Amino acid sequence: MKFATYSSLLLLGLLGLSVMGGVNEYVFFAGFVVLQFVVLATAWNILGGYAGYVNFGVPAFIAVGAYTAVVLFKSISAPLLVQILGGGVLAGALGLGVGLLTLKLRGIFFSIATVAVVFILETIVNNWRYVGGATGLQLTRPADLWFFDSYVRMLFFVMAVLAVMSVAIARYVQDSFLGRGLRAVRDSEEAAECSGVPTLKIKLIACTVSGALMGIAGAPMPMYLSYIEPSSTFNLSYSIYALGMPIIGGTSHWIGPVIGAVLLATLQQIVTVTVSNELNVLIVGVLLVLFVVIAPEGILGLIKKWKQSSK
Amino acid sequence: METILEVNNVIKQFGGFTALSEVSLHVNKGERLGLIGPNGSGKTTLINCISGAFTNYQGSIRFDGGDISLLKAHERTKRGIARSFQIPRPFSSMTVMENLLVPFAFVGGKDGPEQQKEAMAILQGMGLADKAFVQSNQLSQVELRKMELARAMAAKPKLLISDEAMAGLAGTEVDEVLDILFDLNKRGITIIMIEHIMQAVMKFSQRVVCLDAGKIICEGTPETIVKNPEVQRAYLGD
Repeated sequence: MKFATYSSLLLLGLLGLSVMGGVNEYVFFAGFVVLQFVVLATAWNILGGYAGYVNFGVPAFIAVGAYTAVVLFKSISAPLLVQILGGGVLAGALGLGVGLLTLKLRGIFFSIATVAVVFILETIVNNWRYVGGATGLQLTRPADLWFFDSYVRMLFFVMAVLAVMSVAIARYVQDSFLGRGLRAVRDSEEAAECSGVPTLKIKLIACTVSGALMGIAGAPMPMYLSYIEPSSTFNLSYSIYALGMPIIGGTSHWIGPVIGAVLLATLQQIVTVTVSNELNVLIVGVLLVLFVVIAPEGILGLIKKWKQSSK
Repeated sequence: METILEVNNVIKQFGGFTALSEVSLHVNKGERLGLIGPNGSGKTTLINCISGAFTNYQGSIRFDGGDISLLKAHERTKRGIARSFQIPRPFSSMTVMENLLVPFAFVGGKDGPEQQKEAMAILQGMGLADKAFVQSNQLSQVELRKMELARAMAAKPKLLISDEAMAGLAGTEVDEVLDILFDLNKRGITIIMIEHIMQAVMKFSQRVVCLDAGKIICEGTPETIVKNPEVQRAYLGD
């Protein structure tokens, strides 16, 4: 109940902000990215954090979301929400498919298989004229703004809703049977099976939900940039960010990826503007190394330790 | 006497190596069966076939009146086969209580306060009650072994397979685990015990089966087994 109240209040606040005059447009432009990373980090954590299956194929899911949106927009001028829904459904289907093919692999082999998916899909898109191939495609945003002053403000609010929705799903998964089962899978798959956990089935559910949410995060991208092209959409940095943020925040609880994503993505946006665009990749890398070495349980782990020692 | 488990001509190969060649075995309801054999004789492989960790073997396995050969491990657990592992596999990020709630949730379908009470009763029976809310990676070796058995019990099995639950334990600890297994058997659970500690197997089992190089070389009461020349040859050589 508390969660529902707080998240509604947060959304109302963000809605207020996005219809308010006088706020710099760039805040929404950057805020969209931060919220997008909240979705991505949360989505990654459902499989990677709860079940311990490290998905390196994040850009493949983002791209399926984005390119589905492009196809829907170009072919039937589908409205934004339909694009997002379509992107989510197809990325979820990709998650299910990839899961069926690869979830019998464990550890590093699963991760390698997911990287392969990125290259396969990128090659396909590079050779697909309809969506612009390797050169990309310019898109004109529709004039429909609902009651917002600009398209970016609208996208910012839409992404805020998607972020809250993703976190609510992750929270539900964590507290349900599914979460308990996924944790058991992470700790010992053999023992989980012998405790009655249908391991393949729950891994497939996690992979599908995780993939769908990544697709949802990717679907508004073409409209956000008014442009799409494969090399940035299939950028493997997304994988590093989507796994780095939960690891830095803490993978054991739904709030971990949220903390990690908000902190890091905000920091990245600030550094991009004030220092350089290249440096923001380095920040995530350095922090990731530091956390893995010093605080493998992330910020949540640090808080837990601090609470225990102050008792 | 009623048969609860029936293993018929099971063959399991790893590449060119035959780990089990036409093993047939039956276990009666409520029986305490000892499974012995030198290292590498196929004991754990046989257990893996029975519990469903392996499903790609030839032959058939029937349990409690139904053919379970094609069922996955978790489905067999639901039918009533539980096991402990030779090397303990705790859910190490969870407390002891949470470890037990996994089978409660997935086999029984509920993990509410009632199940917690039930789990506590199981832990009490094993002398682990004071560790219920300790994270399982903090447990000692003997506590881990007991937790493995407790977790297996939480799945409410008809058949419990104890895979070297006493390996590496000291003398008094062996007796503690043995007492637990006797107690479970008294409550009607059929038990297959794999063990290297001979005095434990001999004390516990009503019937002993000896495997060597993937074949059952003999079976009988503990007294006849120790005197059997084939068993002596398998363990000590010619």
